[in-house]
Order: sequence, then C-alpha cells, then structure tokens
Amino acid sequence: MTETHVAVEQAARDSWGRLLAFLSARSGDVAAAEDALADAFQAALETWPRRGVPSKPEAWLLVAARRKLIDAARHRKVHEEATPALIAITDVAQQMADSAETFPDERLKLLFVCAHPAIDLNSRTPLMLQVVLGLDAARIASAFLVKPSAMGQRLTRAKTKIRVTGLRFELPGASDLPGRLDAVLEAIYAAYGSGWDDVAGADNRRKGLAKEAIDLGKLLLQLMPAEPEVQGLLALMLHCEARREARRSDRGAYVPLSEQDVVRWSSAMIEEAERLLENAAQFGRIGHFQLEAAIQSVHAHRAQSGQTDWESIAVMYEALVRIAPTMGALVSRAAAVAETRGAETAFQLLKEIPIQSVETYQPYWALAAHLLKRMQRFDDAKSAYTRAMGLCEDSGMREFLRQKAAELN
Amino acid sequence: MNVIILDAENCVEIEPGGKPMKYMLMFYLNQTEFNSRTDPKTRDAFWGSFLPYLRAVREAGIFAGGAGLEPPDTATSLRILDGTRLVQDGPFAETKEQLGGYFLIDVRDLDAALEWAARYPAGPGGGVEIRPTMTGPGEE
Repeated sequence: MTETHVAVEQAARDSWGRLLAFLSARSGDVAAAEDALADAFQAALETWPRRGVPSKPEAWLLVAARRKLIDAARHRKVHEEATPALIAITDVAQQMADSAETFPDERLKLLFVCAHPAIDLNSRTPLMLQVVLGLDAARIASAFLVKPSAMGQRLTRAKTKIRVTGLRFELPGASDLPGRLDAVLEAIYAAYGSGWDDVAGADNRRKGLAKEAIDLGKLLLQLMPAEPEVQGLLALMLHCEARREARRSDRGAYVPLSEQDVVRWSSAMIEEAERLLENAAQFGRIGHFQLEAAIQSVHAHRAQSGQTDWESIAVMYEALVRIAPTMGALVSRAAAVAETRGAETAFQLLKEIPIQSVETYQPYWALAAHLLKRMQRFDDAKSAYTRAMGLCEDSGMREFLRQKAAELN
Repeated sequence: MNVIILDAENCVEIEPGGKPMKYMLMFYLNQTEFNSRTDPKTRDAFWGSFLPYLRAVREAGIFAGGAGLEPPDTATSLRILDGTRLVQDGPFAETKEQLGGYFLIDVRDLDAALEWAARYPAGPGGGVEIRPTMTGPGEE
C-alpha cells in the first residue's frame, strides 16, 4: 500500500463520522452524505498521490463532498431549503483551511438521530456502527446474525426514514433527554452484546463488535461528560472487556466467571471502569447501566479480596430487577440468590419467569441445570443441561456444559 | 433490539413475533466431519453435541422434518445429457463440503432461522445453508 493510501485510510478512520455528521446535519440526508463522502475519499485516492496530501485533509474532503451533495439535492428537487445550508459548507471549509479551527462536531446529534424513536429498534445499532464508525454492512450483518442483503436494506430503509420524515439533527430537550439518551446507550450496548456472542473466542469467523462498542461509548463520554449513565455504560463494557482473556483457557475452553484466573483480567481496564463508576456516583443519579457496572465491580473485587461478595450482588440485582426487569437481570438475580439463600430459593425465582419467554433463552437453562444439580435432582438437571447445550451458539460453552452434565453420571 | 445479559457472560437477542415460514437448514460437512460422525474416537463428541441441538429444535416446536445423510461416496447421481440418461457414482457436484443432513423448521422469519442455524454445532470447516421453502401456485 502506498503512503497516500495510508493517508486516505487514516483520514477516513479519523474523520468519517465527524464529516458525515457535519454533512448529514446540513442536508438531512444521511445516505446522500455517505455517497458524497465516499466519492470524496475516492477523489482523494486519485488526487493526493499526484498533488500530495493537503495540509487540511478534512477541509479538502468537505469541499469535495459538498459538490456531489448539492448535485444530488438538486437532482432530487426535494429539500430545496437544504441547498443554501450545503452551499454554506464551502464557507466552513474555507474557514477551516485558513485557520487552526476544526469544524463543529455534530456526532452527538447523529447518535441521537440513529437512536430516534422513529427508527426501528433493530436498525439503530447497525445504523450507528455504519454512519458513525464507517463499518460496512456485511460485517455488521455477521455480528448480528442477519442476511447481508437484508441488513443493507434495513440500513437503507432507516436512512430513507430520516430523510423523508425530516428527523432533526438536534439535541433532545431536557424533558426528553433521559429517554432519548437511554435509547442511544442501549444501541451502543447492543453492539457490545454482539461482541459477547463469541463466548469462548473459539469461533474466529464471527468477530464481535466489542471494540467498536467501546469506541462509541468513549466518543459519547467525550461528547456528554456530565451524564452518569454514559459513564455507567462505559464502565460496564470495560469491566466485561477486562475479563476477555480469562474467559477461555489456553486450550480455548470456556471458563465461567467464578473460575476465572484473576491474573488474566486486565487491571488497566478495571481501574478505568472503577474511576468512571466513582465519577458517575458523584451525580447522585443511579440508572440501570451504573447498577450493572456496580455489580461487575463487585465481581472485579475478587482480584483483591479473593472472594465474591454475593450478598451485595444479590441486593443490586434486586434493585436492577425493579428498574429494568430484563430476562438477563431476572436470571442473573436467581444466580446470585443461589449463592446467598440456596439453590431451592433461586430455583423458585426461575420458576416465576413465564416459561414461554425462556424457551430459547440459553442462560436460563444453563442456570436451571446448575441449580437442579445442586438440589440433587439429577434427571431434571441432565434434561436442562441438554436443553442448554442445544441452544448454545458456542462450541466452548457447549463443551463446558457437556462436561458438567457428564459429572452427573 | 433488546440485549439481555447474564453475569455479563451471555447475551441473546429477543425479537418481536411474526407469521411462521418454513426454512430448510442444510448442514454442510467436510470429509473429516463426515468421518467424525462414525469414528469410534470422535462419534461420542459429535452426537453429544448434535442430539441436544436436535432436541432443542424439537422442544421449541419448530421441527417440521429432517434427516442425516450417509457420506457423499454413497451417492448416486442421475442426469440427462443431450437427451441421454447418465447414471454416475458420487454426488451431483464434487465440492469440498457436501450436504450431510437437513432440518425443515417453521419459524417466523429469516432472522429466526439464522438464530437456529447459529446453534448448529458445526465443526471447523462446516456450516449451514439456510433457504426458504417455495410456495407453489395455489398454496398461498
């Protein structure tokens, strides 16, 4: 690869989201902004090797993208009111070229548009990953287990919706903010969830998006430094990420949290998470991401104390279930209760969950099997282990459960 | 999309419902995988993974048929070439991965079919092809 190619790629990585947010906010048309920006990068690949990399690559790209964007807007004969805003981009680009200033960072508005209530829930995370980080649809499709062409259509539909309904690139008002922010946080966390699918790291074909999710979390924190739930989300992701290496043995076998070698946890990430959580606590506004991060923080303390404070964890899950009764929270609360009040009580909690909602929820069956084994109901335990194995997407986890089931014999 | 977390170790997605459709999950195996089904050294591991999967599909109430297939060297292919019937030993196309079995499942959409395909305990080099079944004329 030539030096210029490297420069263009670098510019793309550094400024794709910023440039796209800036252009989209002015045109109201994310798809057209993407096309224009892609053309601008292509032009850069053709021009920069001959004339050298410009001193202000972003200003250069902005001017190149702007022309294409105006052509597209005129061609469609819609959003004519947007054209003056597009023409004004030239002035911004000119100012940038002449001064040390950078153009306004509109990525926060773009994040809020991606997670707007008008956008389909399933499209929000893919849209964010594509427009803010520049990920391609095929990679996003694999991470979310969706047919790539269908993912492409989903993204196109979402962008059309933004344009046609004229979603505004603006920050929500104070009264809307908590709900709208939670949607942004959930969308980022969903990207992290896709990363965790690769439980034992045995499946290299499905690379998760954990790193991308953390990048989005860090970006959001930078743009919203005074929102405790933003810090909570990032702390949660960092706590989980800190254990990545410890979640599999040298042979690639799955290692459950309670058996992980704490030496293999990333102390740097844990420290960062703890700092964020402490900062968040200063605001005195608890939320479910802070709570979930706090639970992971208690687990992380095992690195110092050598033991897990299950009482605290159970109390926090109780609180979490009150404010965010997701299936994961309900099952995890039962797991914590098993450590504090015994398997029988925990199993009662599991049985309170409507069975049709957990039919294909693998963690439920894995925990049920574990509890039944402790209750010495070995036949039922075996049956639950089989169910949990059959619902597994990961070979390491499947093998782990197979061994646990074999111990029953 | 709701992401749900257990001990921060497992996440699944839960999606809204829809009308059931039939999909065929075709399991493709390479020669090593075909052997692993019967080799005394590996067959326990193979069936120990596969049978729970079959059971989970059945218990979910979506199983609409299926079978495992003997290896491709047992295949016989019949084709018509220039109006002449030609019967040959072996599969229709010689590829590294061959069809080793299939399920028909009734699920609401392709995303749900993909979720089930992802649970298939594929060995290294294996995989699943997912296709909707056709609706014939007058069947709608």
